[in-house]
Amino acid sequence: MIRLWFKSGTPWIWLNAAAVSLSLIMVVGVLGLVIGRGVGHFWPHQVSQFSYQEPDKQPQIIIGEKVDTSITPAAMAKSTGYIMADNEDTLVQYLIKTGNRDVTGTDFRWIQERNVKAHSEPSDMIVIERREWGNFYGQLLEVKEKGTTIATGAQAWPVLQTKIAETLAIFKEITHIEKKEVGAINYGLERLRLKQRKLELKNALDDTAKQGIAIEKAAFEAEYKQYQVKLTGLYQKLRSDSMVAKTESGSELVIPLAKVVRVFQPNAMSFLDKILHYGNKVVEFLTDDPREANTEGGIFPAIFGTVMMVMMMSVIVTPFGVIAAVYLREYAKQGFITRLIRIAVNNLAGVPSVVYGVFGLGFFVYILGGNIDQLFFPESAPAPVFGTPGLLWASITLALLTLPVVIVSTEEGLARIPSSIREGSLALGATKLETLWLTVLPMASPAMMTGLILAVARAAGEVAPLMLVGVVKLAPTLPLDGNFPFLHLDRKFMHLGFHIYDVGFQSPNVEAARPLVYATALLLVLVIIGLNLAAIVIRNNLREKYRALEG
Amino acid sequence: MTQQIRSHSIDMSSVLRGKDVVQQPNEICIKVENLNLFYGEKQALHGINMEMQKKKVTAYIGPSGCGKSTLLRCINRMNDLVDSARIEGGILLDGENIYDKSVNVAALRRRVGMVFQKPNPFPKSIFENVAYGLRIQGINDKRVLEETVENALRGAALWDEMKDRLNDNALGMSGGQQQRLVIARAIAIEPEVLLLDEPASALDPISTLKIEELINELKEKYTIVIVTHNMQQAARVSDYTAFMYMGELIEIGTTSELFTNPSKKQTEDYITGRYG
Repeated sequence: MIRLWFKSGTPWIWLNAAAVSLSLIMVVGVLGLVIGRGVGHFWPHQVSQFSYQEPDKQPQIIIGEKVDTSITPAAMAKSTGYIMADNEDTLVQYLIKTGNRDVTGTDFRWIQERNVKAHSEPSDMIVIERREWGNFYGQLLEVKEKGTTIATGAQAWPVLQTKIAETLAIFKEITHIEKKEVGAINYGLERLRLKQRKLELKNALDDTAKQGIAIEKAAFEAEYKQYQVKLTGLYQKLRSDSMVAKTESGSELVIPLAKVVRVFQPNAMSFLDKILHYGNKVVEFLTDDPREANTEGGIFPAIFGTVMMVMMMSVIVTPFGVIAAVYLREYAKQGFITRLIRIAVNNLAGVPSVVYGVFGLGFFVYILGGNIDQLFFPESAPAPVFGTPGLLWASITLALLTLPVVIVSTEEGLARIPSSIREGSLALGATKLETLWLTVLPMASPAMMTGLILAVARAAGEVAPLMLVGVVKLAPTLPLDGNFPFLHLDRKFMHLGFHIYDVGFQSPNVEAARPLVYATALLLVLVIIGLNLAAIVIRNNLREKYRALEG
Repeated sequence: MTQQIRSHSIDMSSVLRGKDVVQQPNEICIKVENLNLFYGEKQALHGINMEMQKKKVTAYIGPSGCGKSTLLRCINRMNDLVDSARIEGGILLDGENIYDKSVNVAALRRRVGMVFQKPNPFPKSIFENVAYGLRIQGINDKRVLEETVENALRGAALWDEMKDRLNDNALGMSGGQQQRLVIARAIAIEPEVLLLDEPASALDPISTLKIEELINELKEKYTIVIVTHNMQQAARVSDYTAFMYMGELIEIGTTSELFTNPSKKQTEDYITGRYG
């Protein structure tokens, strides 16, 4: 009976199905975890107020968000040193995000449920997101303008809203001026300095040249002075307002509005308000620069850097891989050597990525980049231009890393094209080159895209080699901006993968940043899916167009 | 099998009836001289000598593997693509040896068009398929292209069916249409010679008939060499027939003579279905 059952193939089918379901469960599990942990981060959580009294101690008030609950069996709790009453079976503890790092020195604390005397969620609790020291939890007392109180009590909240909106507008203007206008001036001045140095090195710095540079420099400086004046005014305005808030211990804290990103009363928010708040936070996350050692704010530079790097890599690897594959398949004499090359190429795909990183650093950055600097940028010495990790080298290193995939799939694509098509073209008087360009390569383009898809999937998730050849924790400028020549291949950049590592494991406040890790991971997955989908759509269009002869 | 072939041979006289048996003496278009072809060590063609007349249809018949396709592919140097192939002797096209070092192979293939066993249109529009050969020659003038494509499609009896579908993908056509498209593609560059390598073997009977009618029309303008394993087809479409066996040319003559009064026993055995 059992033998018959085995013979019928049913167990085999079950085994196959089980393997598929297991893979599916794992994929769904990973995505579920990342989504579950990451997506909730931006939701405005209720702020609780606990009356808390530990035995033999003064009662105190604790204000914060409940983040986590831990339940420990009594025996275990006893063995770790907690004093447990006989009638208690479990020790329930809450992790509370209390914020106010500037006051208490920590962001989180554990409290025991049995010591909580009362628990409420007063609607006037405010949460302040600040530019430094993390969140503030407490109650609003008054709003001040230039040191004098302008609103207290119930009026304070609406006044605060308008004041903050004003301050944020000023802040935005300042950032814009500093980054765009002053940034451009600095960039111009630096170019001017390099120009001067270049002329000096060539011994061509005569009086006319000097004069020209001086005039340009004066123009820049005059422009800078104007912005300087404007900025001083703006900064004065920015610093004029402040608010006074009460912390959990009852002490009053003066917070300058310049340091405030956002104030809200989560307990008083309606569901719609919360959704709005959530949307704002997500938009901020996607479009803003990071703050506070990357643990707050957005990750736009990392998204931008990742996409930019992958695109640069694609631009480099596709032609390179395709040309190599065409030579191997179409022109090289098939034999021992081509076989050897193929084996070598396939094995390259198996080399650990960090080895590529080391190679990139040693060869591309130091040797190639160093020589480029010597040859083309002697004026900027001793500061390196290309002789230091940057976007170009990272892209080239990853292109090298993904080259085997592109070569292999292009070769397969070329091999799949029926010889009758080639003969048809040759019989019409086309040369081999014309046949390749007009017929074979277009027909093999879906295969090239497949190679590119695999390459993108691999490159976008790679972190280890990037740490050596161009990715940094915080890049002050994007590799693409409004200053000539717009694309700055020598600049260092930020990357989502490295950002995850940095925020999750290198930041000073790991606990607070953990949800951000999941959110960033989710985004990384989405970016990769997006890049892949784009490539797949292109490939399917090509496939439709160059449907190979069937049968 | 034998039965079937025998029935073919019985039909043969009826097929040949009414065919113009006496041929006018003609200009020689292609002359094969002492052609030997080796694939590596193996010799595939043994000292072939033959002549093909201008604007006539010459058919190669013979059992599978006898070298008829190989010989055909020598005429436009398609065998150059095979690394191991080596050729001795020569083929004269209008008196010039096409295996001469000075010959430009691409230019030669423009003069000697070829249609293969399986239709092989490019995955492009019908228009672009026919215009392919012209575009290679650098002709991109839209008016010239349109005119040539129309003429070629008319020449291949495809214009009326396809004139509204010129921008459709050629792969959407039926097999017979595809094969005629490939013929149109070949005649669009106005070659002198058309080589047809079993052009109807992958097609249904009706499409085959259309191709055969087409061949009859095309010989007004082109010298045609056709390889076929179907003797009736050879008898129907060709003026001259060459019988090959084991890489050797056994006999060549006018089609009616070869089928009705073969001079070699091997030929007779083959066309009466005793082997093959």
